[in-house]
Amino acid sequence: MFDSEKLNALKVKQKAWQDKAETKLAKAPERKKAFTTISEVPVERIYTPADIADQDYDQELAFPGEYPFTRGVQPTMYRGRFWTMRQYAGFASAEESNRRYKYLLDQGQTGLSVAFDLPTQIGYDSDHALSQGEVGKVGVAIDSLEDMETLFNGIPLDKVSTSMTINAPAAILLAMYIGVAEKQGVSSKELNGTIQNDILKEYSSRGTYIFPPLPSLRIITNIFEYCSTEVPKWNTISISGYHIREAGSTAVQEVAFTLANGIAYVEAAQKAGLSVDTIGPRLSFFFNAHLDFLEEIAKYRAARRIWARLMKERFGAKDPRSMMVRFHTQTAGCSLTAQQPKNNIVRVAFQALSAVLGGTQSLHTNSMDEALSLPTEEAVQVALRTQQIVAYETGVTETVDPLAGSYYIEHLTKTIEDKAMDYIRQIDDLGGAAMAIEKGFIQKEIQESAYHYQKAIETGERVVVGLNKFQIQEPPPQNLLRVDLQVQELQKEKLTRLRSSRDNEKVQGCLADLKKTAQGTENLMPSILEAVRAYATLGEICDTLRSVFGEYTAVSTL
Amino acid sequence: MSTGRKIRVLAAKPGLDGHDRGIKVICHALRDAGMEVIYTGLRQTPEQIVSTAVQEDVDVIAMSVLSGAHDYLFPRVMDLAREKGLKDVLVLGGGIIPEEDIPALKSAGISEIFGPGTYTTDIIRYIQDNLQPKR
Repeated sequence: MFDSEKLNALKVKQKAWQDKAETKLAKAPERKKAFTTISEVPVERIYTPADIADQDYDQELAFPGEYPFTRGVQPTMYRGRFWTMRQYAGFASAEESNRRYKYLLDQGQTGLSVAFDLPTQIGYDSDHALSQGEVGKVGVAIDSLEDMETLFNGIPLDKVSTSMTINAPAAILLAMYIGVAEKQGVSSKELNGTIQNDILKEYSSRGTYIFPPLPSLRIITNIFEYCSTEVPKWNTISISGYHIREAGSTAVQEVAFTLANGIAYVEAAQKAGLSVDTIGPRLSFFFNAHLDFLEEIAKYRAARRIWARLMKERFGAKDPRSMMVRFHTQTAGCSLTAQQPKNNIVRVAFQALSAVLGGTQSLHTNSMDEALSLPTEEAVQVALRTQQIVAYETGVTETVDPLAGSYYIEHLTKTIEDKAMDYIRQIDDLGGAAMAIEKGFIQKEIQESAYHYQKAIETGERVVVGLNKFQIQEPPPQNLLRVDLQVQELQKEKLTRLRSSRDNEKVQGCLADLKKTAQGTENLMPSILEAVRAYATLGEICDTLRSVFGEYTAVSTL
Repeated sequence: MSTGRKIRVLAAKPGLDGHDRGIKVICHALRDAGMEVIYTGLRQTPEQIVSTAVQEDVDVIAMSVLSGAHDYLFPRVMDLAREKGLKDVLVLGGGIIPEEDIPALKSAGISEIFGPGTYTTDIIRYIQDNLQPKR
């Protein structure tokens, strides 16, 4: 990209500059012997054209909206429209969560994001023994279509886009969403949204698995297939690095393990007879926005370039949309401190800015109090306002990929790409992501990074403001959001009422049909939809599937 | 611990919570500090935790919950521990636990609660300082 004579002259000059700078180190040493990113990628004193001399603009960057999409997936990016501001929310009952959604929409949020409680995510009804103490705690409790109707009461599903963080029972919650749309007179073909539906990272990092990998991959490909004709605008999976990073991975590992999971899903779909260009455009991604501002920006750009190349070169995709990493970002929950929680507002702002400079399609900004509890309404408002300030006030949205061409950013983007590809090859050698998880490889890599990170904090090598430096004595936090244990009782009462008022013969018939489908090879979605429409509960549907598919047992990595 | 027996710790994840970064880091740290650590893995019922604690003859039970279900799960473990006659076992809790919940958890028998930002070295020291010699 640069004139080679000029480049050589520059290298000579740089050497002289370096020597001169180093003569001063004895008197005025640098703060550290070696500098690295938060992910331990070495960082040099400066970067110059020499560091990116081998990068060809056309090959490595190209124009926004063009392969390999390093600079973004759309030609105009935020000049056209801002990212979707999507705060992950849900707690207690469907009634209370419905009120929070309406509040968020009133505050200028542009998409919904549903948090389900753990029993819902793991396929237990609220009255199951294992649900004790968990109902409504980390999200909303959904036991049947009835709860889902309440959750979206007064919210027109043809007007909003809804993201649902649901994995093992994703097919059932999607069916419930379709069921609500039917009641609103909205066709499934008009529905916009996303289900997370990414089981592999549940095994490695997040923990809400139900079934073993093989039947899980079948459910996922069944959803891909069903939605390709029936819910064509739906993002059928959100391949998530977020939780991998939260579990303690580095930025490089986040990219590598996420895309390795992506490869596994594409391969599973191909095995099921779906073409790469049928499913490719409906794949979406989800990344973390962590503390190292510039590394994060490089990370998103690297992820786009790697995936585009994998889809084109490895899988032979022809449709450019199959090659695009369209992604949601959430700021790093693990970077929040319980100490001096207001400082978190600032952390979140920088993280949000990195996601925007990295070209995200949608964003959740964490609330300042999330190291302490679920966020209060006031804290959520500040978090949403942070996005609005980035969008409307900072000016970073006025040109596309404004940091492109920075010697450091481009060099780091390439470094992350190379290091992530090394991991992806290693995972290929182990037999793919599912096998790498089965062997505990991915879990162990993440665990080691997490331990290393914690030690760096405890030795003071890594400073966390307010935690290991600049501490103060502070009173215990006040006014935290609490979920009443009563929610569980209310859910149980609703379930009892439902089971006595619905057509139980019909429910049993639907569940028997579902069992037969599960034992065979047909697509599961139509049977699940029938059961949902008959008001079979989530737990009943999952139990039916458990009886055929069995349950996953985690591999021990400690 | 004059007998030279290593301190035995059961690290446990009660309930449905999948956040295991913290407990795994603590497992590593306690092992590096010379303790024997048994990790239960995810989704343990209070019954399972107490029965493992009995079987493994542990000195410490360290539980982690970030889902908010500590208010049900921790006291339940303590009730069962008493039923099974588990005495002199130091029970610790950690996770996202609001300050105002701590008194009730302590009166249920949890010795100490460790919140976000806790150093692993503080947990190690706490265990060493508070463990009653068993035999």
